[in-house]
Amino acid sequence: MTATPAPKEASKATRQRPGSDPTEDAQPIMRRVKTKLTSKWATAAAIIIAVVWSVPTFGLFVTSFRPAAKQVGPRSNGWWNAFVDWDFTFKNYTDVLTPAGSQSANLSQYFVNSIAIVIPVTIFVLVLASMAAYVFAWGKFKGRDALFIFVFALQIIPLQMALIPLLQFFTQTLHLPAGSYAQLWIAHTMFGLPLGIFLLHNFISEIPGEVIEAARVDGAGHSTIFWRIILPLSVPALASLAIFQFLWVWNDLLVALVFSGGTADVAPITQRLAEISGTRGARDYLNPAAAFVSIIIPLLVFFGLQRYFVRGLLSGGLKG
Amino acid sequence: MEFIGGKLLQVVIALAIFAAVIGIIMLVVDRAPKSVKDRVTVAGFLAPAAILMLVGLVYPAVRTSTLAFTDASGNANGFDNFVWMFTQPEALTTLRNTVIWTVLVPLLSTGFGLAYAVFIDKARGEKVLKSLVFMPMAISFVGAGIIWKLVYDYRGPGIEQTGVLNFFRDALGMDPKQFLLDAPENTLFLIIVMVWIQTGFAMVILSAAIKGVPVELVEAARLDGANAWQQFRNVTIPGIRGALVVVLTTITIATLKVFDIVRTMTAGNYDTSVVANEMYTQAFRAGEPGRGAALALILFLMVLPIVVYNARVLRKQREIH
Repeated sequence: MTATPAPKEASKATRQRPGSDPTEDAQPIMRRVKTKLTSKWATAAAIIIAVVWSVPTFGLFVTSFRPAAKQVGPRSNGWWNAFVDWDFTFKNYTDVLTPAGSQSANLSQYFVNSIAIVIPVTIFVLVLASMAAYVFAWGKFKGRDALFIFVFALQIIPLQMALIPLLQFFTQTLHLPAGSYAQLWIAHTMFGLPLGIFLLHNFISEIPGEVIEAARVDGAGHSTIFWRIILPLSVPALASLAIFQFLWVWNDLLVALVFSGGTADVAPITQRLAEISGTRGARDYLNPAAAFVSIIIPLLVFFGLQRYFVRGLLSGGLKG
Repeated sequence: MEFIGGKLLQVVIALAIFAAVIGIIMLVVDRAPKSVKDRVTVAGFLAPAAILMLVGLVYPAVRTSTLAFTDASGNANGFDNFVWMFTQPEALTTLRNTVIWTVLVPLLSTGFGLAYAVFIDKARGEKVLKSLVFMPMAISFVGAGIIWKLVYDYRGPGIEQTGVLNFFRDALGMDPKQFLLDAPENTLFLIIVMVWIQTGFAMVILSAAIKGVPVELVEAARLDGANAWQQFRNVTIPGIRGALVVVLTTITIATLKVFDIVRTMTAGNYDTSVVANEMYTQAFRAGEPGRGAALALILFLMVLPIVVYNARVLRKQREIH
């Protein structure tokens, strides 16, 4: 959770980002020359950091394409040898994805589960949080600000505090079937709302009041204003929140462990991954491929929508 | 692939129910008599989120707080769980580890992130360089755990090493090391994974803040004869103080709650457990919900002052701007 420097300051900072583009860099030549001269060591350090930060992921990527015998057993060696041997295979990926026998990682099932969990949750949080944020920003009622601060403060509660009673509530009071998506959908939505409301409120409260007033004069009701004006205008903030929510739910392990029941019918890919990597054995060579299958979607989302992700971070939200 | 159909159907049904609920709320709001329209709107728009947060966060938080004072069968046992936490060796190790995590991860992540942000500022290919370090943010802790298990991989001495680190140890003539098994330093090797993930976050926020420091100030310092380090120390750092506080506190909170990394890499064995992991183990594996709740409560009490401090810094900043 949390919030970053006043959003205004942050957005100002992002706007100045074009400075990183050398063509737009209008600084005196002197300065640039000077930075060039003094920054030889800095450049070296930056390159070292970049390499150290990328090598682990790259190693996993290369390993995932290496035959089993090269990964485990007497003929195994480090992944960097792959460029000498030049021995690559797709077999790990097919093994990991196809449901064959009880020994199979059967990852495609869990992959579908992850999608089936993350999409409804993201929609639920976006709709419910924007409805609440709209009322907090533009509704008039007693105790509005105090209530908003309370919702903001809810982000303090660590997930861990909620797990035990919530599980009891789901199974004993609501009698939700164990091992169904419903528990995961509801739990994730609950945990996502405080941050969602906070992020969207920041954005929605900055929509000019005249726009809303004009619609009201034209006879539009609250629901029309909300769906026709507020939501379309909030698309950038909604995109940021959607990415957060997506990444957070996709990458979650704790909520899944507590509420999913762990079967192939419900459990998400992270849970399966933790399971197969936790047991040492003959299937060890599948771990890298399995891990890569699980991180490919978040990586695509991340690289495709990095702009919104960064904007979201800067305007106040990271859930922990 | 016939299983997809059933799962898809569940998703469609859930979305349909959700759409129906929202539709009914909108209908009620629109049809409400004029005199109470505003109140009905507030209630209708707020109710779903409010109910979910009450049931999912407020009630459980209160319930956990009371649960912390009960034993495994649910009877009140006073402060026994806390006595256990602060006297039993394994519980003490857990607390010690959590302290080490919360000191090292924020400092190292922010340090590396700041250095990197400064070094690549206005460099050619800044965007690509940023993406490389930022990328771990998108990877799940579980995925990161597997990635780093590979880095730490161990084979007995004399056998060809498959982990990068042991390969280097081998090349330098040292014996291979069981990075994840040898206590107490194995905690440090788990911490590195978290630093690897959080550095990208620190870097992105601090980089934006650095670009927000007025160029004229840096220029003036340079004209006054300040060297690169002095410019950084006396102009840049004060200019990004707010962002630094936010980054440090945010990473501290995330670190306090760290669970997945420990769970996937060692499952808390070999003296590596932390509070968040121990909480899960006690409550959901060892059948000790009371102890689990007590650990969750401690976690909350550790997070609380940081959040309060963070909120105060934020408010001050807003007043200035």
